[in-house]
Amino acid sequence: MRSSLRFLRVGALVAALVLVAAACGDDDDNGGGDGGGGGSSTIRIDGSSTVAPLSEAAAELFQEENSSVTVDVATSGTGGGFEKFCNGETDISDASRQIADDEIAACEANGITFEEVTVANDALSVLVNPENPVDCLTVEQLTAIWAPDSTLSNWSEIPGLEVDFDEPLDLYGPGTDSGTFDYFTDAINGEEGAQRTDYNNIGEDDNQGITGITGSTGGMFYVGFSYFVENEGAAKALQIDGGEGCVEPSIETVQDGSYQPLGRGLFIYPSGQALESQNVLDFVTFYIENQATITEAAGYIPLTDEQEAEALTKVESLTG
Amino acid sequence: MSTPSGPPRTERTRLAVSGARAATENVLRQSSRGDKAFNGLFLAVLLLGLAVALAAIAAILIWSFIEGAPRLSWGLITNGPSTLHPEEAGYRTAILGSLLVIGGVIVLIVPLGVGAALYLEEYADQRRWWNRLIELNIQNLAGVPSIVFGILGVAFIVRGPLSMGFVAAAGSLTVAMLVLPTVILASREALRAVPASIREGSLALGATPWQTTRRQVLPAAVSGILTGVILAVARAIGEAAPLLLVGALTFSTRDPEFFEGGYTVLPVAIFNFAGRPQPEFRELAAAGVIVMLGFVLVMNSFAIYLRNRFEQRW
Amino acid sequence: MTAPDVAVSSTQAGMITRSRLAAARPRYGEMVIKAFLFGCAALSVGVTFAIVLSLLFGTLDFFREVPVGDFLFGTEWAPSFANAQFGVLPIVVGSLSVVFWAMVVAIPVGLLSAIYLAEYAPPLIRRVVKPTLEILQGIPTVAIGLFALAFLRPLAEDVFPFASWSGPFSIGVAGVAVGLLIVPLVASVSDDAMRAVPASLREGAYALGASKLKVSTRVVFPAAISGIVAAFVLAVSRAIGETMVVLLAAGARPQLTLDPTKSVQVMTAYIGQTATGDISTGSVDYYTIFAVGSLLFVMTFAMNMVAVRFVRRFREVYE
Repeated sequence: MRSSLRFLRVGALVAALVLVAAACGDDDDNGGGDGGGGGSSTIRIDGSSTVAPLSEAAAELFQEENSSVTVDVATSGTGGGFEKFCNGETDISDASRQIADDEIAACEANGITFEEVTVANDALSVLVNPENPVDCLTVEQLTAIWAPDSTLSNWSEIPGLEVDFDEPLDLYGPGTDSGTFDYFTDAINGEEGAQRTDYNNIGEDDNQGITGITGSTGGMFYVGFSYFVENEGAAKALQIDGGEGCVEPSIETVQDGSYQPLGRGLFIYPSGQALESQNVLDFVTFYIENQATITEAAGYIPLTDEQEAEALTKVESLTG
Repeated sequence: MSTPSGPPRTERTRLAVSGARAATENVLRQSSRGDKAFNGLFLAVLLLGLAVALAAIAAILIWSFIEGAPRLSWGLITNGPSTLHPEEAGYRTAILGSLLVIGGVIVLIVPLGVGAALYLEEYADQRRWWNRLIELNIQNLAGVPSIVFGILGVAFIVRGPLSMGFVAAAGSLTVAMLVLPTVILASREALRAVPASIREGSLALGATPWQTTRRQVLPAAVSGILTGVILAVARAIGEAAPLLLVGALTFSTRDPEFFEGGYTVLPVAIFNFAGRPQPEFRELAAAGVIVMLGFVLVMNSFAIYLRNRFEQRW
Repeated sequence: MTAPDVAVSSTQAGMITRSRLAAARPRYGEMVIKAFLFGCAALSVGVTFAIVLSLLFGTLDFFREVPVGDFLFGTEWAPSFANAQFGVLPIVVGSLSVVFWAMVVAIPVGLLSAIYLAEYAPPLIRRVVKPTLEILQGIPTVAIGLFALAFLRPLAEDVFPFASWSGPFSIGVAGVAVGLLIVPLVASVSDDAMRAVPASLREGAYALGASKLKVSTRVVFPAAISGIVAAFVLAVSRAIGETMVVLLAAGARPQLTLDPTKSVQVMTAYIGQTATGDISTGSVDYYTIFAVGSLLFVMTFAMNMVAVRFVRRFREVYE
């Protein structure tokens, strides 16, 4: 018995030593740990989980050509990302919405300068069950369905519907903490957060919204474009009439601006301090210049040439 | 001395004895055939309960396997993550990160947890208010949701007094605090199970309290303590929410280190992939679950081997 | 000798004995060890203190904007909506519902398995089954959540077709999944508690002619009650604190209902979602994290106080 216990004790000691050895082991490759700072070979990105696929694709492509640099991506959410960004703990913040006033104040208080760089376009798509006969909805109809005081419970109650469709309305939407929620409510109901509360909140996993509407004939779900593209057989995207006729969500209609009002931009916010490092500058420039490949890999909509040029100018102004 | 009035002593004793026997027999003896049938029924109910648990395990394992099996390959363990080529992606960095975090957790919870349990069981005077406060604290901490430890970690470990930054050591510390109460509570039960006669005998022979603890009580309680550690580690491996807050990455292509630089862990990586629209990622997530199960099985088996060796029955 | 004389000399004898048996010099090693162990235990107080601190300021900021009465007694929870409502009852009821359904599954299954393992199972089966149960605990909560969604929910609809199912989320299914997760906790700790009951008790009962059933239920179970209640308390705490399974399987719709088929939001999932979501960290909806976290903390504290008192009353000590 005693010898076995001794074995246990020795084992524990060995384990601890191994841990310490691993920790002190290859210290040399990464000098500065995390956070910005000239010459650091690690770039730290944090923020929205919507933009993360883009940053991850960019990181991977960049690292293929620059193996001495490491790009790390985390997803604390847009708000969490900005909090760390304005604390100087990250180099770039991913955001699915624009930076808020109190966040701007926090950055200014800590002397962090930044620029808003659009890296992709997204189309908020309104998806329905493939058997749904409705093809197009106007913004007014959408408002009638989703408004905070709306009591519509059946498709047939929607004012001005061009087809007969008698099915209960089964609404699915993202969580209230999501940038998609903020954008949709702002665009359709005129105010961020203004929406009826009796809908199916799909929580963290957008895939559940798809599952919901495929199982429910009267289902409706608004979600980012990539989810529509991946589920083209299982769900149908409605055309949206923003005043200029019915427009379906696609790469072309978002880029030429005709898919209104549900086309949106996705942003990264690099800090002036981080851009002082050549590695970070190279990465951000690479990110913008290769946006066609990156957005395609992540399932989003590429920038137009003007948007790309504007993004590059903004980066230059920050390093200027 | 005067005797109280009543039947003579022998008579009273006889009555008392027969009364006690009747009461005990009434409780304990099988009185009818109905009892035998009930026995059988009870065993059936017990087995049913166990069967439900085992069926659930089988269902989860089979379901995970079906979902992820098409994707299984050695590359899952040896390759790093990849967004562009999900077919070639793997969980290497996540596995290493999990190993580092769990290693740190074990190194922390075994001495601290067993130490706290020892203090409460062997040394603490229950009448003192501060000892009761400590007990209450530990019970309470067992129920605090993991995400609150994430908030704590960001405020005190990553920033604040310890200022470790977003490194694996900070993640270890956060998760260690989360599972520590489990170890303490299970260890206490294990220590309580050691009969007082063992301790008293040792002390009577002149051993100091610490010698008694180290040579008699602890070896006897090792099995129960290991149960607590196994449960704690199993929980720690699966934690995603607090680590996300404390800065675990979702994507890193470089092998992690303990005190420097970013890290990611398996459940965070899996959660990241599960929410993507592309079906290749969801398959990858399911395969990741299988990798994690394999991981947990190996660790558990080792710990259980240790526990079986030291098991005691009184 | 007279009585007082006896008393004096026995006291003197006691003093002499005690001084002979006392340690020749103070045991510094013992003191150091005791101090170290005390430190380990006191660490828990430090952790609690740190948690309270980290929650405190956010909670105060929250109550500066929202009256306490609205928070505690309001029945609508809609913090990020334009017309924000901060009544916490729906998510509290949601959390308690999860605990209820989890206990409905975990307590019978866990306890029955434990009794079987401790009293009835041959050693070989015990060595195989106990680790198998612990596997259940090691399954990542992400997997259990996805499993609940993809497998348990359709199964529930098949088994209970008369209930009003709608949508892929259900608090009852999520609760059952959490219960399954907790079964190994209840089973393992109860099993250890029952095996710790001295063999002499069992053997005495068998010798008196008791059946296995009687021994298990009337002798061993009451003797192990302290450990079993400890297992229950751990289980309830785990159920109320579980985040990921509920996040995936119960959806996120805060509504005040006891219907297990509905999608309901619970306190932990709310905190998890909001803390990793996109809201700004200076806003009132962000401070809800701290307020809800504090409430959760206070609730588990009260629950544990009650449980500790209960355990202390019924604990049996042998030898």
